[in-house]
Amino acid sequence: MSLNLEDVARIARLARIELSAAERETTRDQLNDILGFIEQLQAVDTTGIEPMAHAVDVVQRLRPDVVTETNRRADFQAVAPETEAGLYLVPRVVE
Amino acid sequence: MSRTTQWEVVIGLETHAQLQTKSKIFSGSSIAFGAAPNVQASAVDIALPGVLPVLNREAVVCAIKFGLAVGATIAPRSVFARKNYFYPDLPKGYQISQFEIPVVLGGGLAITVGAGDTATEKFVHLTRAHLEEDAGKSLHEDFHGRTGIDLNRAGTPLLEIVTEPDMRSSAEAVAYAKALHALVQWIGICDGNMQEGSFRCDANVSVRPMGQKEFGTRREIKNLNSFRFMQQAIDFEVHWQINEIEEGRAIQQATVLFDPDTGETRSMRSKEDAHDYRYFPDPDLLPLEIRPEWIAEVKSGMPELPQAMQARFQADYGLSAYDAASLVASRPMADFFVAAVAEAGAANAKTIANWIMGELAARLNKTDLPVEASPITAVQLAGLIRRIADNTISNNIAKKVFEAMWNGEGGSNNNAADQIIEKQGLKQITDTAAIEALVDEVLAANQKSIEEYRAGKEKAFNALVGQAMKATKGKANPQQVTDLLKKKLGA
Repeated sequence: MSLNLEDVARIARLARIELSAAERETTRDQLNDILGFIEQLQAVDTTGIEPMAHAVDVVQRLRPDVVTETNRRADFQAVAPETEAGLYLVPRVVE
Repeated sequence: MSRTTQWEVVIGLETHAQLQTKSKIFSGSSIAFGAAPNVQASAVDIALPGVLPVLNREAVVCAIKFGLAVGATIAPRSVFARKNYFYPDLPKGYQISQFEIPVVLGGGLAITVGAGDTATEKFVHLTRAHLEEDAGKSLHEDFHGRTGIDLNRAGTPLLEIVTEPDMRSSAEAVAYAKALHALVQWIGICDGNMQEGSFRCDANVSVRPMGQKEFGTRREIKNLNSFRFMQQAIDFEVHWQINEIEEGRAIQQATVLFDPDTGETRSMRSKEDAHDYRYFPDPDLLPLEIRPEWIAEVKSGMPELPQAMQARFQADYGLSAYDAASLVASRPMADFFVAAVAEAGAANAKTIANWIMGELAARLNKTDLPVEASPITAVQLAGLIRRIADNTISNNIAKKVFEAMWNGEGGSNNNAADQIIEKQGLKQITDTAAIEALVDEVLAANQKSIEEYRAGKEKAFNALVGQAMKATKGKANPQQVTDLLKKKLGA
């Protein structure tokens, strides 16, 4: 499997990354190199081996259901670009 | 397709149930409803760099309870995944959800569609249920062309419950949604408050010619937050799709919104700009392990499920299937019945059921009160039933006492019925001599009725019983009066 320039443009758009024409070519080559590594990995016979979802074979630690956070809105909003009436303001989005 | 084609409707539902925890699914922020904007949004919830999610144990318990209640498989190991999309109410740029290995797999819900003689039973299969976090809220008005973001809801634990495309009408979809709504409240994992968005449904709807094996192209109706809207939206959508096909236009896969004001559905986004979520396992979270011992522990703490309870009411108390089903329609209703039976005894269970579904249900309906807000408690109702059972009062007088109790006479005392009976002198007259005297008076004053009765008019006898009951202000035992009259008239 290999990616063409169109695939790269689409992936960049989904990730909200702007790429110039030159960057698109470099990125395509780099991504195709990575896909090459993955092909090597996929060539290994893993029949009968349970897939792992994480590199470390340990399980999730759980937290008791207790409210531990306090209201720190003022701190957080002090570094926000724009706020009003306790809300974060962003460019208008309409769906 | 000709106009004579018979169409089959195919519906699958996805429901987001907000879990009844105290804190968020991955942070220690409160999820209490109605707080001022962003005061319940911590560093994790607003996605400051460097923060890590830690899974709330109670959210997992809720998922296990649900899995047990619907007879599903609870995954011994499930995995959290990132669902990537950009929207300002999702500050991380991804939602933590489950994709390939959800916590609950399979199972299903038995539903009853319609009521009375035309009611039909159906089993709706579930595909899966998975844990995920809710997004924040966007407010589009009043911010001079900007959008306001409130992240209090971001990170609220949700269980997304997905059905197979098993439903064949809007009525079936609504019956399923109602059954699910009752169940999640019954097992105490969701408060079911649809106005506050604690329970919201998306419906996947398609149509196909009757008998065709392949499904038609579906459109997804988003965010149905009432059963009435669900019915309206699906009915409109089905009508619209059939019309499109009959006019020769193909259905395009799309996400649509229902507008309650116009009763119509309209397209939100088409397939071309459908999201490509690029799911992958979240490296911040390790696999969730659920051991059999944990499942057993959760199971031991679960309430009896509605279907089991219904079967028990039928077997132990001789209730009809309909009556038993009505009593288990909601947990508070079932609790009320169980509490009243515990107080008045199993022998009175049937009478209690009749009073709950008759007088009490009518009153609650009329005043729009839920049973848990009933001015008459289960113990008070039991107290009233006991006085009917031991012949202290007749059924008719009991209705009077019920009315008085409903209006708060007798206060909040457990023996409110006894106090009202005492205070208003409603006790049935059982003293035979007293009743006999009254009957004699009635007979003396109604010679005409006696003659008519002797001439063979049954109605005249009933009039005499009525007169006698009236003379006792309804406090005599009607059977006793009838017997006495018959005896005196030599019948």
